[in-house]
Amino acid sequence: MFMVAASLAAVVALAPLLWVLVVLVMKGAPSLDLDFFTKLPKPLGVEGGGMANAVVGSLMVVGLGSAIALPLGVLGGVYTREYAGVWGARAVRLVSDVLAGVPSIVLGVFVWAVVVVAMRRFSALAGGLALALVMLPTVQRSTDEVLALVPQEVREGALALGIPKWKAVLWVVVPSAAGGILSGALLAVARAAGETAPLLLTALGNRFWNLRPDRPVATLPVMIFNYAISPYEDWHRQAWAAALVLVAGVLLLTLGARWVLRRKYGGS
Amino acid sequence: MGLEAGLRLLRRRKGRGPESVFRAGLSLSGFLPLLILLGIVAVLWRASGPARGAFGLRFFWGRVWDPVHEVFGALPFVYGTIVTSVLAVLFGVPVALGSALFVVEIAPRRVRSLLTPVLDLLAGVPSVVYGLWGMFYLVPFLSSRVEPLLRRAFGFSPLFSCTGAQFNYLAGGVILSVMILPTVASICREVFLAVPTELKEGAMALGATRWDVVRMVTFPVARGGVIGAIFLGLARALGETMAVTMVVGNRPEISACLFAPGYTAAAALANEFTEAAGDVHLASLVYLALALMFVTFLVNLIARLLVWKVTGGEERGLR
Repeated sequence: MFMVAASLAAVVALAPLLWVLVVLVMKGAPSLDLDFFTKLPKPLGVEGGGMANAVVGSLMVVGLGSAIALPLGVLGGVYTREYAGVWGARAVRLVSDVLAGVPSIVLGVFVWAVVVVAMRRFSALAGGLALALVMLPTVQRSTDEVLALVPQEVREGALALGIPKWKAVLWVVVPSAAGGILSGALLAVARAAGETAPLLLTALGNRFWNLRPDRPVATLPVMIFNYAISPYEDWHRQAWAAALVLVAGVLLLTLGARWVLRRKYGGS
Repeated sequence: MGLEAGLRLLRRRKGRGPESVFRAGLSLSGFLPLLILLGIVAVLWRASGPARGAFGLRFFWGRVWDPVHEVFGALPFVYGTIVTSVLAVLFGVPVALGSALFVVEIAPRRVRSLLTPVLDLLAGVPSVVYGLWGMFYLVPFLSSRVEPLLRRAFGFSPLFSCTGAQFNYLAGGVILSVMILPTVASICREVFLAVPTELKEGAMALGATRWDVVRMVTFPVARGGVIGAIFLGLARALGETMAVTMVVGNRPEISACLFAPGYTAAAALANEFTEAAGDVHLASLVYLALALMFVTFLVNLIARLLVWKVTGGEERGLR
């Protein structure tokens, strides 16, 4: 009886998730064509066109966010594990967990109030900052956890050679955990790449090309949202194509993270 | 111990040089999240000034949200957020608990090592994609198959008796339950795995069945952690934006009926922020964001403390 109920629960849990994936491939794959990657969105009412600008825009915003959050997050994680005392580390972890728990839309409101209001315009930079806030606590936490796996003997051995602690940390401890740190970073980037809510209030969107960080830029998640809630059949089709591309990108990053980790530590 | 002594020696010489520079740089980035959090609270507090001045705490009791006449009451959003999140927990938690038990207690090792990464991968599907699926598949399914059944079975109760609309509280709750499921299930799995095997074996040796073990050993030992997982799921549901925005109907009204269209705080921010005209409207939305942050903070804090107590804190990751 219990076995049946629990097995049933597992099936019920997987069903909607599989449903999403199946629909995504069924609707997305036929809608995906070369135009999607090479053309700009067409004006209202004209069929066809693509989302080349949103693909590039997504890369740009996620790239900006990663450039800000990854170094800071890794440094913060190193501090937590190698330098902060027991209670200091606990405090830093708690705070970083709290930040990770702030709804991403609230992070968007924050960046809007600071960056968009000051610059008087929506921008790719603001979008990148919002995504950086999403990534930062995740990267910090995963770096911290991966460093915990470095054997204590490695640290002692390095210090026994007489090098100062900062050199030991920078050239011995951190490199020996590099694979795990990279894996955590990739996961954080994957999570941020699908974020939509904070981008609505910061990067806004754009129907044209933009490569300037101080101008509004189109991104895939925001395009999916805008096209999905529109009343046009052709836009719905493109929304599915965009969703397929986005999920493929996110899954690729996630699998990449797993692959790095497996090569480093073996097993799963 | 040798390390500690060595460090003490090093510490005696610190104060200048690369060591202290490195340390200072690191600690700055270590405390960056704290600075950001304080920054968020300060900025939101200031930017919500006009709304706090005009409405004070009555803001959260006001039933009218009317940008045209600049009357802003957040009760419809508060109500919608609570209703959809509670529904998400009601639907999602039993399934999450069951599947976590399945993975820990029943599944053969091969199935377990397959199921876990699959659930983790699916947890990474962006919210806006769930929303897309919700709009074109879940909502039609609910309104054509599930809602008629509920009406027939429970039509006597005001919860299930209105005409309503396709996009409604129920759809919001169901899509949220799907989204919090992987989170709650994976934490429950960790918590169940932390229950000492000796306890379970002892119970089995006394003649307990698998269900007895779950009921009398696993659940009591893991109770705090499970409640923590539920709270984490709740926090996620409260702040989740895109998927709900796309299926909940987006009408700032209050109705006891689950088939009526509603609105949530996060959805209001997503929809109205870039189109807000007046200063008071903007400030009211920021005020809503501040409240949302405060509530998710409290729920998260309770959750973390509960889970930490069971799994022994820092060594286990929670995301």
